[in-house]
Amino acid sequence: MVRSHVLVCGGTGCTSSGSHQIIAALEQEIKKNGLEQEVKVIRTGCFGLCALGPIMVIYPEGSFYSMVKPEDIPEIVSEHLLKGRIVKRLLYSETVQEDRVKSLNETQFYKKQERVALANCGVIDPENIEEYIGYNGYSALGKVLTEMKPSEVIDVITESGLRGRGGGGFPTGRKWAFAAANDADQKYVCCNADEGDPGAFMDRSILEGDPHVVIEAMTIAGYAIGASQGYVYIRAEYPIAVSRLQIAIDQAREYGLLGKDIFGSGFDFDLEIRLGAGAFVCGEETALMTSIEGHRGEPRPRPPFPAVKGLFGKPTILNNVETWANIPQIILKGADWFKSMGTEKSKGTKVFALGGKINNTGLVEVPMGTTLREIVEEIGGGIPGGKKFKAAQTGGPSGGCIPESLADTPIDYDNLLAIGSMMGSGGLIVMDEDTCMVDIAKFFLEFTVDESCGKCTPCRVGTKRMYEMLSKICKGNASLEDIDKLEDLCYEIKAGSLCALGQSAPNPVLSTLKYFRDEYIAHVVEKRCPAGVCKDLLTFEILPDKCKGCTLCARNCPTGAISGTAKQPHIIDKTKCIKCGACMEKCHFHAIVKK
Amino acid sequence: MAKATGNLPFSGTPEQEAELRKVIAEHKDEKGALMPVLHKAQEIYGYLPIEVQTIIAEGLSVPLQEVYGVATFYSQFSLYPKGKYKISVCLGTACYVKGAGDVFDKLCKKLGLQSGQCTPDGRFSLDACRCIGACGLAPVLTVNDEVYGKVTVDDIDTILAKYTG
Repeated sequence: MVRSHVLVCGGTGCTSSGSHQIIAALEQEIKKNGLEQEVKVIRTGCFGLCALGPIMVIYPEGSFYSMVKPEDIPEIVSEHLLKGRIVKRLLYSETVQEDRVKSLNETQFYKKQERVALANCGVIDPENIEEYIGYNGYSALGKVLTEMKPSEVIDVITESGLRGRGGGGFPTGRKWAFAAANDADQKYVCCNADEGDPGAFMDRSILEGDPHVVIEAMTIAGYAIGASQGYVYIRAEYPIAVSRLQIAIDQAREYGLLGKDIFGSGFDFDLEIRLGAGAFVCGEETALMTSIEGHRGEPRPRPPFPAVKGLFGKPTILNNVETWANIPQIILKGADWFKSMGTEKSKGTKVFALGGKINNTGLVEVPMGTTLREIVEEIGGGIPGGKKFKAAQTGGPSGGCIPESLADTPIDYDNLLAIGSMMGSGGLIVMDEDTCMVDIAKFFLEFTVDESCGKCTPCRVGTKRMYEMLSKICKGNASLEDIDKLEDLCYEIKAGSLCALGQSAPNPVLSTLKYFRDEYIAHVVEKRCPAGVCKDLLTFEILPDKCKGCTLCARNCPTGAISGTAKQPHIIDKTKCIKCGACMEKCHFHAIVKK
Repeated sequence: MAKATGNLPFSGTPEQEAELRKVIAEHKDEKGALMPVLHKAQEIYGYLPIEVQTIIAEGLSVPLQEVYGVATFYSQFSLYPKGKYKISVCLGTACYVKGAGDVFDKLCKKLGLQSGQCTPDGRFSLDACRCIGACGLAPVLTVNDEVYGKVTVDDIDTILAKYTG
């Protein structure tokens, strides 16, 4: 009889910080103490709090051990698992109170969260289909195939108000209805798991933590629109997700939940994985389909929309991983339940990948309408080092920067668009006073220049020109006229590009111009980078009171720009300095600063 | 994305070619087989020199220019060999705001490489990669399959030393 379950996070974050070593050490210690029959170790998906990895939770107590090291394991096994004494010293410090130990759900990080898409992540073993079934898995599919007509399925999804979680926020039910209305000998259901937004990892975490939910949801959609084949297009950069999804597909086939005559209903559906190969544009639906067909992932003009003419020229629906993860619960709990969460036009929850300058980096799922400030300051635990919250970037290279002054805006699709950003897939990067907004805009443009597929001119040439203008500003060579030109160009590119990549590429520039124009002007007029990031506008200086005259900097300067006599403060000749930073790196006394 | 091509002579073995031909035979009748075959070919050879692309083009009856077009479109496919130790620095947004750019510059300087290049002794190659999704550990770099998180400029020497012994 198993009396204790030890859940160890096996997501990418915790695996990178060594959770596999923790599992190995646990299994060894449990064996040594003869507890194999009583304690079960389970490798789960992501718990969300990646900053504290590796994470381990022991049930039934719900004790939350964070930043676990292999050398802690013998103590945890002999004290907690053998003698029942929780090792308070190793718990996540916020859960330890004087008289009691708080559970996971009472912590700041989890308290405000509402887990729908992430319901099973960090709860079940993703490589075991029976655990998924134990949590109501595949019962939505059963209900759909045995009790509902395809049109009823679409009605429920439409009624729920679910909108696509991948970017644009198109109503999911409507998309399905379009594809269902088109007669064809073959239709397809696709899953977009090509999560290209730098800083977004919710789709990966769902696939790693709960792969069956995607399989179940796609099968439901197959029934609803009359498709018998599905494809999951997934980034090759996500090896753990790919292998867990493959295991899940194999298990589902073995259990008769994929393949011929599912649930004896006469309905056939099967799935295949296709690997992406590192092209951001393939997150765009028509480009993704072109890529599955085996070509360069270039987008196609719409119309025809994929619901009419998609993959291999057949009616196709494409939804992203997080959208799929909502489907089975909507079927089981009903549209009214889903509608009860969120704002008027954005129902349900949204998963955000919190990253950047924030204490609790990780995955959070909150009801739509939660404010940015709640996410950053309460759930995220604020900015490290007592720095000031300056802005948050949502939507990746297609989104924009939201300044601190708008942090009380309730987050939903329409509000984000109104303030010049977008939901995107849900990356949320927090920036503090040390982040230069011009440099960030340049960073995103460098990304889009690299990732533009080159098919249409506004995007191919326009983004490159924008990047050059931004570089000029960062180097202090631009005039105020250039800022106006840059802004004009943004609108031209938005209007003229073929697909969403180009149409949204100017967003990072437009939003920073709107909210942080003074920083652009400081770069241009005063030749100064207020955040101290843009190298060409910085000067290196030696603080005379801290310099010991050890000559180390002078000996390391590649251009001989530093002079001075031993044991006397040195000086940097600014005309010779190439700002390489070698002196600052070598100085033992922190006597060199950049301004 | 602009691609560098290798300057080293092709040194594929007959075993590798036999394996590739087997892969081609398995996928030949599949719809959209080119991408999966290129992935497998890169697993076999480590990269996709023109010789390998030619075998694929003939095997799948696809024009060579189309194979080349696809191979150069996607950043995961490489036309040049990688080092024994492949270093990738994540330059995703989360890593970038936490200083991954400085880490990358330091590696370039230290190894005398630019992004996509390989040291003459074939030991290290350096790439700037897209988000690997380990944003909680930003900034992140990987050496082959080993992940290093919360890397600072000062850690570079220690990390490189592990692979130069």
